[in-house]
Amino acid sequence: MTGLLIAIVLFLLVLAIAQIIRIYELATKASKRDEYVVTNKDNNYQGRLMLLFGFGLLASFIWMVNTWSPLFLPKPSSLHGVEIDMLWDVSMGLIVVTFFIVQPILFFFAYKYRGKEGQKATYYEHNNKLEFIWTIVPAIVLAVLIVYGMTTWSNVWNPDNDEEPIVIELYAQQFKWIARYSGDDNTLGNANVRLIQGVNTVGVDTMDVASQDDIVVSELHLPVGKPIKFLFRSQDVIHSAYMPHFRAQMNCVPGAQTSFQFTPTITTEEIRTDPDVIQKVERINKIRLEAGKEFYEYDYLLLCNKVCGYAHYNMQMPLIVETQAEYAQWLSQQKTVKESI
Amino acid sequence: MAKKINEEVVSHDDHEHHVENFWTKYVFSMDHKMIGKQFLITGMLMGLLGVFMSMLFRLQLAWPNEKFVILESILGKWAPEGQMDPNIYLALVTIHGTIMVFFVLTAGLSGTFSNLLIPLQIGARDMASGFLNMLSYWFFAASSVVMVVSLFVETGPASGGWTVYPPLSALPQAMPGSGAGMTLWLVSMTLFIAGSLLGSLNYIVTIINLRTKGMSMDRLPLTIWAFFVTAILGVLSFPVLLSAALLLMFDRLLGTSFYLSDIMVAGELLHNEGGSPVLYEHLFWFLGHPEVYIILLPALGITSEVIATNSRKPIFGYRAMIGSILAIAFLSFIVWGHHMFITGMNPFLGSVFTFTTLLIAIPSAVKAFNYITTLWKGNIQFTPAMLFSIGLVSTFVAGGLTGIILGDSALDINVHDTYFVVAHFHIVMGLSAIFGMFAGVYHWFPKMYRRMMNKTMGYCHFWLTFISAYGVFFPMHFTGLAGLPRRYYSNAEFPMFDELQDINVIITMFAIFGGIAQLIFLFNFFYSMWRGPVAPKNPWRSNTLEWTTEVEHIHGNWKGEIPTVHRWPYDYSKPGHDDDFVPQSIPRLKNEPGH
Repeated sequence: MTGLLIAIVLFLLVLAIAQIIRIYELATKASKRDEYVVTNKDNNYQGRLMLLFGFGLLASFIWMVNTWSPLFLPKPSSLHGVEIDMLWDVSMGLIVVTFFIVQPILFFFAYKYRGKEGQKATYYEHNNKLEFIWTIVPAIVLAVLIVYGMTTWSNVWNPDNDEEPIVIELYAQQFKWIARYSGDDNTLGNANVRLIQGVNTVGVDTMDVASQDDIVVSELHLPVGKPIKFLFRSQDVIHSAYMPHFRAQMNCVPGAQTSFQFTPTITTEEIRTDPDVIQKVERINKIRLEAGKEFYEYDYLLLCNKVCGYAHYNMQMPLIVETQAEYAQWLSQQKTVKESI
Repeated sequence: MAKKINEEVVSHDDHEHHVENFWTKYVFSMDHKMIGKQFLITGMLMGLLGVFMSMLFRLQLAWPNEKFVILESILGKWAPEGQMDPNIYLALVTIHGTIMVFFVLTAGLSGTFSNLLIPLQIGARDMASGFLNMLSYWFFAASSVVMVVSLFVETGPASGGWTVYPPLSALPQAMPGSGAGMTLWLVSMTLFIAGSLLGSLNYIVTIINLRTKGMSMDRLPLTIWAFFVTAILGVLSFPVLLSAALLLMFDRLLGTSFYLSDIMVAGELLHNEGGSPVLYEHLFWFLGHPEVYIILLPALGITSEVIATNSRKPIFGYRAMIGSILAIAFLSFIVWGHHMFITGMNPFLGSVFTFTTLLIAIPSAVKAFNYITTLWKGNIQFTPAMLFSIGLVSTFVAGGLTGIILGDSALDINVHDTYFVVAHFHIVMGLSAIFGMFAGVYHWFPKMYRRMMNKTMGYCHFWLTFISAYGVFFPMHFTGLAGLPRRYYSNAEFPMFDELQDINVIITMFAIFGGIAQLIFLFNFFYSMWRGPVAPKNPWRSNTLEWTTEVEHIHGNWKGEIPTVHRWPYDYSKPGHDDDFVPQSIPRLKNEPGH
């Protein structure tokens, strides 16, 4: 019955639309004008809409920045992160300024030079001087950005550390992370997927001397103020270890080893007392309270950022930055490879 | 040479009368105009599918725990009780990307307008090889069919993202979508590439050899320059994707190890050793980046033409425009590594690719400024095509600027694969190209279907599309800067992202709104095709040669001789002429300046 009713309604709708079109066709025929010809009225109307849109675009940009910038990641929690954020601010500043210059000009010109019947446009085919200016100015600005960017990139990869970094392996598999600490010798033992067996979940070569003191855990603890060198491996497909608070990301590639180095500068405890973070947590907990979800405490994140299968969106590992004493204590409680196998 | 071929076509046309039946006229046509229309209709159908898919996964992102009965009726077992399955979410994202990038914006855009406009604008009777041209369409049609068929296989369509990185895409154990669906994806892409190569070769040969008398390279409309360079890009880069796809096929079906090494998946140890997925990434992006410009350049070419015609002014800096097309095309081959800054590639290469990538901003800036200067002191006629072209300039600037961030390796570290990237490439490539395509359809509809599209519906379509386009993609910058990765089925697992949900809802609303607005276009398109007012010969008072042809489509395009070209295509509002346009076929006045 409902189906029949819907069918009838649809039929009547189509009929109504067809009639409206028919009326419209007759009306345009009666007025004897070609509908497609752009009139002065159209140009005025569309020109004004262009101007209005230009204003709207800039206004909504400002609104979005005001409303949503508190959602951004908090200040970087790593040494090199500060440098990256500085480059970010400079680049972003430049492009926002350009955006605010170019877009208004575009929409203003569209409005200002809207057509009028009988008016003729200015024949202006080129101007070498002008074109030279807007080739050379972007070129200079970009040259600065390129040099600045390359310097920053090089600093990220070659940090001047006073001490040897702590070597930690992050091992990715569908859909979890495992960490392997290198132990007292700060050297990871050999490992390969072919050696995976029983409790040896990351395929450590138990015959290797270097692997005896390795520690395999499912939580990532980092000491504050110490350079850490991560080595990444993957067991199955490409994953990507993304630690947004530290401005750090590197793919985990099966069959290869990749690396990334950074020095955490803020402990989890400290970041929780950051005013921005406190506000953020308050907002989030308000939302969670309404949804009946449990209370949330701020934490650093390790996300997978390369699509890796159906649970890609939920590939987590706790990441805790703590004082060096806490870290040493935690590490001493974990079992080494020798003890566990 | 050119003259000879053209004469042959003429005589062929004069002496022999084809009796065209339905099949030779509409289906296996060798006429470039019909083939262009076939590309357009197929591209539009695929576009509908792609946009529809995006609406489905936006539904999931806005209301991740909500059950939608409609999802079950569409997706069947993939959405039990209306709750979308993570696997089909990834499949929808993957196929949406594949369809939009390749089927709509490569074949649908370049295929349509290269075919329609190259012979008409350079003054040729048809493409150099009508048969190859027909084949190119039918390869594309076959690949579309295979892609659509892949949606219906038991284990679901390909789901590893449109870049289909192995090992995920190589191992059926890794995800259901890497089974038969992935094989069909590769078959479809292989057919697609074959079709694309046939088309591109034909375009290049035609443009080089079949230009009419007087049509020197520096009198070509910018559309033709764009199609020409696009075709060269395609010929040089698509074969690399073909080899990447073939090697992937070998890894999947024959047990080779080009991309696979030391893998244990789903508890099973694989024998593969020595391969590297990073090799695939290099091969893929060697096509993947030029592909961006294969999509974008035709749109920019169309815009150049539409903006000049409707500003009633010459395009500003014609030679600089050609120069920047060439510069962009050249640079596009040496920047692919900016997709791979964090793949473990040598950091030194990161520096090199940062350098080359940021250089692209220079010719792009020149283009943007030249468009804007073309508007300056113009007499702008706001046809729907003109609106979309101005929209294109706006999105090209808005999206291009964030490229300066993403091309910088140090900055890319933290926004790579987040929604910031999704925002960037959708605005600069997706929106700009689709706007260019709409501009082309509105502008050349009278050439294709001999009737005019409705202006008022065109206006409505533009404004609704323009507003919702920015509404969808601008907020994504912000979720990206909050650290939200792309391709997440749900962000509910990480409480930190809870406060992004409002933005996700806004984006989805705009997406649905914008999707529905496309119905206006569809209606206008098909309605005008049959009932629109009959088009005059030169409705936009344009200079290029296609408007000197008859309104009725005839084989060979011109009755009698092909017009000779005496001037460049941008003599709008030229002093010394009464009209504000001077078609290319009008002989020069005595001592008339300009080229």
